[in-house]
Amino acid sequence: MIREAKATRDYDRKRHRYDGWLHGVSLCAVMLGVFFLLVLFLIIVKVSLPGLTQSYFVLSVDFSEEWIERGDIASGRYRKVLKSGFSELLEGRGSEVRVRDFGKVLSSRSSHILREMVVSDPALVGRRVEVRLPLSDIWDQVNKGLLSWESLKVHRGVGESLQLLFLELKDDGLVEEHWNVGVLFRGDSRFPEVAGLYGAIVGSFYAMLVCFLVSFPLAIATVLYTEELVPRGRFRDIIDVNINNLASVPSVVFGLLGLAFFIGSLGFPRSSPFVGGLVLGLMSLPTMVIAAREAVRRVPVSLREAALSVGATRQQSVFHHVLPSAMPGILTGTIIALARALGEAAPLLLIGMNAFVSSDPGGVMDPATALPTQILIWSDSPERGFVARAGIAIVVLIGFLLLMNGLSIYVRSRWSSYDRYG
Amino acid sequence: MEGLSRIKVECRGVSAFYGETQALNEVNLSIYDHEVMALIGPSGCGKSTFLRSLNRMNDLVSGCRIEGEISLDGEDIYGRGMDVTRLRTRVGMVFQKPNPFSKSVFENVAYGPRIHGMASNRSELEGIVETSLRRASLWEEVKDRMKQPGSSLSGGQQQRLCIARAIALNPEVILMDEPCSALDPIATARIEELIAELRGSYSLVVVTHSIQQAARISDRVAFFHLGKLVEDGLTGDIYNDPKDDRTLGYITGRFG
Repeated sequence: MIREAKATRDYDRKRHRYDGWLHGVSLCAVMLGVFFLLVLFLIIVKVSLPGLTQSYFVLSVDFSEEWIERGDIASGRYRKVLKSGFSELLEGRGSEVRVRDFGKVLSSRSSHILREMVVSDPALVGRRVEVRLPLSDIWDQVNKGLLSWESLKVHRGVGESLQLLFLELKDDGLVEEHWNVGVLFRGDSRFPEVAGLYGAIVGSFYAMLVCFLVSFPLAIATVLYTEELVPRGRFRDIIDVNINNLASVPSVVFGLLGLAFFIGSLGFPRSSPFVGGLVLGLMSLPTMVIAAREAVRRVPVSLREAALSVGATRQQSVFHHVLPSAMPGILTGTIIALARALGEAAPLLLIGMNAFVSSDPGGVMDPATALPTQILIWSDSPERGFVARAGIAIVVLIGFLLLMNGLSIYVRSRWSSYDRYG
Repeated sequence: MEGLSRIKVECRGVSAFYGETQALNEVNLSIYDHEVMALIGPSGCGKSTFLRSLNRMNDLVSGCRIEGEISLDGEDIYGRGMDVTRLRTRVGMVFQKPNPFSKSVFENVAYGPRIHGMASNRSELEGIVETSLRRASLWEEVKDRMKQPGSSLSGGQQQRLCIARAIALNPEVILMDEPCSALDPIATARIEELIAELRGSYSLVVVTHSIQQAARISDRVAFFHLGKLVEDGLTGDIYNDPKDDRTLGYITGRFG
């Protein structure tokens, strides 16, 4: 009797111990997930932080009529303007640094920036102005303390006098650091200090637009066909299974399809958001179909019966009742599929949306990059400034993804089963 | 009353099959104008199948086949010339579980007339909605809640909304498939009162599980058993003097 009681007690203790283990193991799994998420977050912050600001130099330049003709502003000699600005500065300081060497402190695009300033404001001609010009990537790094003077001297041959001059100018407040807002509004460039994401954002937007316009109607039509029009049976099962399989096709394969068919056979322009959108649309289609199918299946039979019992046709029953009821589910699935497409780089690599494009795309047929491919391009570049900018691009991409996920949650919670008709 | 009325729906040799299974076997039954016909019988006896064949709701069920002849005012409803959407405006239906559209109270009633083009303008449509809701004795309860979703009403109100939805099409026959089985006793009583009011305007065919309810609401009763129509006749006759042992057994509660 007593032995039996003890055996039961031991057995129970053992059972409860397993409970504790289960708790411990699952907790570990969650903690591990949280840990890596945290690491990811920290890495993104660490990489992108230097890209948040950009160093500028305040230079006084004379847009003299000697170099710029009022009638032909665009072809003025802005390099001269810049150089004379340098000379004045160096002479004023009595520095022995050569103009050529000092020129490397500022971005190579400086003369173009001056021209853009004058073109957008012709009243500047003939006036002396203080302009803010971005530091070249190397000097930007130096200014932020990310690159040591030692390596600058050893690898770039920067002399003692230039170092002293730079420090002096910095003390005088001529070197400023500003938020790098331009990264969102400028196109890509070979020079990180003036490179921006604008082209990639627009390219991604166009690609998403085409993707949505292609996949959403196709997904709805597919679901209506399989769920509402075709009777249950073998044919429908075959379609269902194939769509499920299509959802697990690697995205690169869709890129191959785009390259061979859209660009190869149909002759659509390479690197264009149009082709990118088509490819991403085909890629998202199965995901959307599956989501929409589930949503339509969740609509109770009684609702269809109600519609038919008042003499609605099948089309009226579908468009007035079934689709509106399923819409929250359909839209949620659509947004999630689009979010996945937005972050997809692989298929875009195959159709050439990873080309270097410095001009902003004016339409869906113009060559462009997309956010994920821009990240790849920049993180592949040797300049340190590009790595930081790739970090910024990642933050922007994640921002858009969070926005879309938030939107899907909003749609799901806000759009109740009650909808208005007519 | 039977002698004065004319036949509204006439069924001759109606059989129904779901695939290989036969659910109805050679049913002959007539439904008269302005009467309440109750269909009773144990579960699976085919009374719901019979009801749903009267407005061709069985068309939806794949593998379902109807044989025999059902005519509405002498017109074969399974005939070539019959437009099933028009048939369903003439033969309305109320389901077991209230199933209002996921739309406003107003739209629930207005939907049918709208898709059939029964109103030429908004005020006409509003008139139809009000009349229908009044006939379903729901108007007083919902007249200030027309914009609220139909699903926000109570179960009994939802069922009356579904009745109003059927009435809005000005049908000749209304089919009710156990309309009270999902309702509490008070809501049930209201629906029963409503059925009594409606009988003057429509032919009603009501499937019910409750023998007492059939006795309260119906003029005539048809008793189904294992897919066959066992007996039909005036409610009083059936209850007081059933001709078939099975009917007697069912109404006295010996099986079912």
